[in-house]
Amino acid sequence: MSILHTVNKSPFEKNSLDECLTHSMDGSAILLLEDGVYAAMQGTNVEADVKAAMAGKKVYVLGPDVKLRGLSSDRIIDGIETVDYAGFVDLTESNDKVQAWL
Amino acid sequence: MSDIKKFMYVNRRAPYGTVYALESLEVVLIGAAFDQDVSLAFVGDGVYQLKAGQDSADADQKNFSPIYQALGDYDVNKLYVEQESLDERGLTLEDLMPLTYEDEDDDWAEKDSIKVVSRAEMAELMDQQDVLFNF
Repeated sequence: MSILHTVNKSPFEKNSLDECLTHSMDGSAILLLEDGVYAAMQGTNVEADVKAAMAGKKVYVLGPDVKLRGLSSDRIIDGIETVDYAGFVDLTESNDKVQAWL
Repeated sequence: MSDIKKFMYVNRRAPYGTVYALESLEVVLIGAAFDQDVSLAFVGDGVYQLKAGQDSADADQKNFSPIYQALGDYDVNKLYVEQESLDERGLTLEDLMPLTYEDEDDDWAEKDSIKVVSRAEMAELMDQQDVLFNF
C-alpha cells in the first residue's frame, strides 16, 4: 500500500516534516508544498534529515510554491523532483492514499 | 518630543503559508502615519519575507514583496535581520531584496535599510523598545 505524504509547514516552525519522516515507510512518496518547500533547499539545518530520508523514499517539491517564495530551482537538493500542479494530481492518483501532515 | 515611543514589529513567520507577514505589513503602514520611532525585526522564518525574487506567476497568491520596497518612503528604514536565522536556512544577505531609503539628515543620500545583527544584538534591540508587536 503506497502512501503519498504531503508536508505544508516550514520545518523550522513546526515538527510536521520530522513526524512525516519518522512515520513513513521506504517506498513511499513525500511531496513538499506551501511552506514545506523550505525543507527542499540546500544549506539548511534540515538538509541532512531530508537527504537521509531520500535513501528509501522519493521526495518531490511543488514548483509554483518554490517560485512564489523566491527560492531558486538550482538550489534545490539534488535528487528532489520538482512537479507542477498536474504532477501533484498524478502523484495522488498513482498512490493508494494520501497522508497530509498539516 | 518625549511622546515618541519606540515601536518594534517582530516578524517570525514565512510569507504566503500564513497571513501573518502580510498582516504585519498592513499594521506597519498604518502605524507609520503616527510619527513614532519604528523598526522591524526579522527572526526565524521571518527572514524568508525579505527573500529576493518572489514570483507569483505560477501561483494564485499575490506577490506582496514589492511593498517592502515602499517602507523607506514611510520613514520605516530600520529593518534588523538576524544573522543566525539566515545561517540556519542557508541564506546570506545577498539572498535578500536590496532595500534602501533616502536620509533627509544626510542630503537625501540613499542608504541600506537592512541591517544584519546577531541574536544577542537583537535581544538588546528588543530590550530598548517601548512597544513590541509579534507577527
